[in-house]
Amino acid sequence: MEVKDKKTKEKGILKRIAGPVVTAVNLDAHMYDVVKVGNEELMGEVIKISGEDIIIQVYEDTSGIKPGEPVINTGLSLAAELGPGLLTSIYDGIQRPLSVLVDKMGDFIQRGVSAPGLSHEKKWTFKPVKKAGDKVEAGTIIGEVQETNIVHRIMIPPNAKPGTIKTIKNGDFTVDETVCVLEDGREFPMIQRWPVRVPRPVKEKKNPTIPLITGQRILDGLFPIAKGGTAAIPGPFGSGKTVTQQQLAKWSDAEIVVYIGCGERGNEMTEVLTEFPHLEDPKSGKPLMERTVLIANTSNMPVAAREASVYTGITIAEYFRDMGYDVSLMADSTSRWAEAMREISSRLEEMPGEEGYPAYLAARLSEFYERAGLVTTLNGQSGSVSVIGAVSPPGGDFSEPVTQGTLRIVKVFWALDAKLSQRRHFPAINWLNSYSLYLDSLHDWYDKEVSPEWNKIRSWAMEVLQKEAELQEIVQLVGSDALPEAEQVTIEVARMIREIFLQQNAYDAVDTFCDMKKQYDMMKTIRLYSELAYAAQAAGVSPAQINATKSKNDLPQIKFIKDYKPALEKIEKEMDAEFTALRSAA
Amino acid sequence: MKEYRTINKIAGPLLFVEKTEPIGYGELVNIVLFDGSIKRGQVLDTSDELVVVQVFETTAGIGKDSGVRFTGETIKMPVGRDMLGRILSGGGKPIDGGPEIVPEKRLDITGAAINPWARGSPNEFIQTGISTIDGTNTLVRGQKLPIFSGAGLPHNTIALQIARQAKVLGAKEEFAVVFAAMGITKEEANYFMQDFERTGALERAVVFLNLADDPAVERIITPRLALTTAEYLAFDLGMHVLVILTDMTNYCEALRQIGAAREEVPGRRGYPGYMYTDLAGIYERAGIVKGKKGSITQFPILTMPGDDITHPIPDLTGYITEGQIVVSRELHRKGIYPPINVLPSLSRLMNLGIGAKHTREDHKKVSDQLYAAYAEGNDLRGLVAIVGKDALSERDRMFLEFADLFENRFVRQGYDEDRTITGTLDLGWELLATLPVEQLVRIDRELINKYHPKFRNVPKAT
Repeated sequence: MEVKDKKTKEKGILKRIAGPVVTAVNLDAHMYDVVKVGNEELMGEVIKISGEDIIIQVYEDTSGIKPGEPVINTGLSLAAELGPGLLTSIYDGIQRPLSVLVDKMGDFIQRGVSAPGLSHEKKWTFKPVKKAGDKVEAGTIIGEVQETNIVHRIMIPPNAKPGTIKTIKNGDFTVDETVCVLEDGREFPMIQRWPVRVPRPVKEKKNPTIPLITGQRILDGLFPIAKGGTAAIPGPFGSGKTVTQQQLAKWSDAEIVVYIGCGERGNEMTEVLTEFPHLEDPKSGKPLMERTVLIANTSNMPVAAREASVYTGITIAEYFRDMGYDVSLMADSTSRWAEAMREISSRLEEMPGEEGYPAYLAARLSEFYERAGLVTTLNGQSGSVSVIGAVSPPGGDFSEPVTQGTLRIVKVFWALDAKLSQRRHFPAINWLNSYSLYLDSLHDWYDKEVSPEWNKIRSWAMEVLQKEAELQEIVQLVGSDALPEAEQVTIEVARMIREIFLQQNAYDAVDTFCDMKKQYDMMKTIRLYSELAYAAQAAGVSPAQINATKSKNDLPQIKFIKDYKPALEKIEKEMDAEFTALRSAA
Repeated sequence: MKEYRTINKIAGPLLFVEKTEPIGYGELVNIVLFDGSIKRGQVLDTSDELVVVQVFETTAGIGKDSGVRFTGETIKMPVGRDMLGRILSGGGKPIDGGPEIVPEKRLDITGAAINPWARGSPNEFIQTGISTIDGTNTLVRGQKLPIFSGAGLPHNTIALQIARQAKVLGAKEEFAVVFAAMGITKEEANYFMQDFERTGALERAVVFLNLADDPAVERIITPRLALTTAEYLAFDLGMHVLVILTDMTNYCEALRQIGAAREEVPGRRGYPGYMYTDLAGIYERAGIVKGKKGSITQFPILTMPGDDITHPIPDLTGYITEGQIVVSRELHRKGIYPPINVLPSLSRLMNLGIGAKHTREDHKKVSDQLYAAYAEGNDLRGLVAIVGKDALSERDRMFLEFADLFENRFVRQGYDEDRTITGTLDLGWELLATLPVEQLVRIDRELINKYHPKFRNVPKAT
């Protein structure tokens, strides 16, 4: 759990206990040192030093702890264990595997139990990719372990000096056993430890140019996020943050997914745990769980561990990025993380900023999101961490500090709207308020990989939706029949975009994932309808007649059909025939 | 046990005690008054110089001369099987004139968090017999589903109807009701008690009563005592426990009161910044544990101050619970019972408990379609007020009529009317059949052909 350091160990005594924050004296400590508190050796972290007083946040319940009990400084900082065994794991906020905790302390979370993040007994088959005599430096991949269907690349730690391999082994080892010895005598096991509050170094940060395909039409189609990008999903409760996050965890085309359940519901984590092993990755066909690391620090688990959970998660994400993988990280919810900061801050009696949040809230948020990015790793590969943070604004009010602090940093904003979810328009992402700043940098990719038409068709759809919003204001006053005929057609086309393209059923086996080709085909058919309808209207056909055309009624069903092409072509043909008949009759 | 007479300051419910030996955080404290009576409290802050004690009862009678005894242990609740059928005070003492509880176990009232790894997936459909819940906001075992209501609305009646009718189809298992009242009036309490007695539910119930004139600080421990009892019944004795907590608004007020007394930095509207974590410590004590027979399903009731769903109490609750049932003043004024407004209501675990395996294959899609159609009709009402019905298109008129029909047929039902889930879904189809088939975009053709009244009785061509 900790990183080795030169400092000597020290022992102090407790002076004051007030909830998760305790004060110790006679202790030689540095900021963010990990300490063991009380006779039960509860884990804590130094967060403030004031004169003789060392202020510590404790990751476990402090009931019954008395002044005078000992405090031991380990001299190490809070660190994650990185190595084979991470995938498919489910951890609490300080990387204790929940399954091990069940074995050690039963169905309920008790305290005073430590559990390492990785199994130190299990043997993994290490296959070297370097040989004796090869030069290595920080980040160099020296070997591989087939962890699940994912290849876990074993690297020289990022803070190591260069050297030359003397011997490198081949065979089955635990994470602690040396697999590589350098000529200068340094020995490397498979495990690395990295302090969670420090970003792992990279060679270079690049600008993202490839979208993270999520299979969600409104996201990929209208407001895409790039691989290595950042996005925020703010929304009031019940607007579908968690479902959207889970959809992204399931279907996004990242190679590794880190999902942080930060201060959220226990039953939701259970849902993820029971569902993921049975879901297949649409690309590899392997269970989704094999590429996933879960961190679950539910709302009733200790608040200080909730504060740490976000850092633990992103450190694991960065580690896989360094192997050259595309990683996506979902944090649900960053508001709970911010509240943990607020709670600790208020116990420290710090001067509060806006709404009681600490003044450093915005700084912490930007530090976190800045750990995302498309990078050239130390070993020269390309890897990325995309960060998608859910925000839970009180009362759904986006002007509150966490939402605002987040919006200043992230490039993609998916605004959830309670009004939409109330009418069961899912995903309840408001198409007028949301935005993506990656549209320009992803333009070429869509041109090349989807269709040269796509970017145009996207702008067209956005225009129609915008126009509809303006027209709706008039409709609210005078009714839809009072609109000019051409605009009545616009209203109908916009309704089709909303109901057919934007609405997507996460619980339907087919509709839950929609690839870019299908998205393009669906949108193209809607535009075909639009063109035919405007032409008919211009030829004198009444909107009522246009709306009464039957061919479009089958279009919503396309969503639920896997092999949709024949059905779609049939609809297009019928559409054409119907409108030709209408025009010639007019 | 040592008794200190070193109280230095009394502020609201807080005592500041000096010159003690090392005292544990969260310890139970007994305060001995001059007449020998004892009040209880808990350590909130402990250090060499000063111990802060929060008293769970009124501080009337406590003075610098009062004795303070630290018990050396955190607050524990004696629990046992014979608690069923008993009425206890908000502090856990019997007030029904019966004997003391014979404890089989003494449990810490804070309760430990269930390890997410040990949680079982809640997926057993509970039929409440109320269409707006079963049909569109389905409850499952192990869920926490609060009722968001307002002053003067019939939330108590709804809660009682649910407690009376709730059942898992085809199951014959031991169940119990734990009822915790926080700051409600004697009259309201009587209403609950009489119904429990009338239906014989009292035998299977444990009742905790903290009434409006009982000390506010006691409300802090009432729900914790209730949930500790529920956990014992569920996970030790294997019962399926329904916990009703009412009124959570009073609980939060008490929390604010203590926060103010401790001179803490207040969060929104004066409520403490840790209210989310505190409420989570209550609501998250619902669920199922893998390999154990029982379950805890929670029904917290709260009255939204000023019917404002963005008020911190409903807001934080909604972020923790798995959905909410919203009681609407508008529907109540229209004389519709139960006045549940389905639009802002939600059950997050619904999808786990419905479908072919649990209810019926068309459940999800019928529910979505009912929602969408009612929302559309409801929106049109605003328009009608401005332009009149005649300005509406044919399509819009149909949706408008659907909204009325939905409220009068689907939402409205009797206080003792126990609808089956099949009945509820068929009723849904009946209402949807008033709309043209091509407007039912949320339902696939296959289900329409199978369940739509227009098609399901048509004999297949031979």
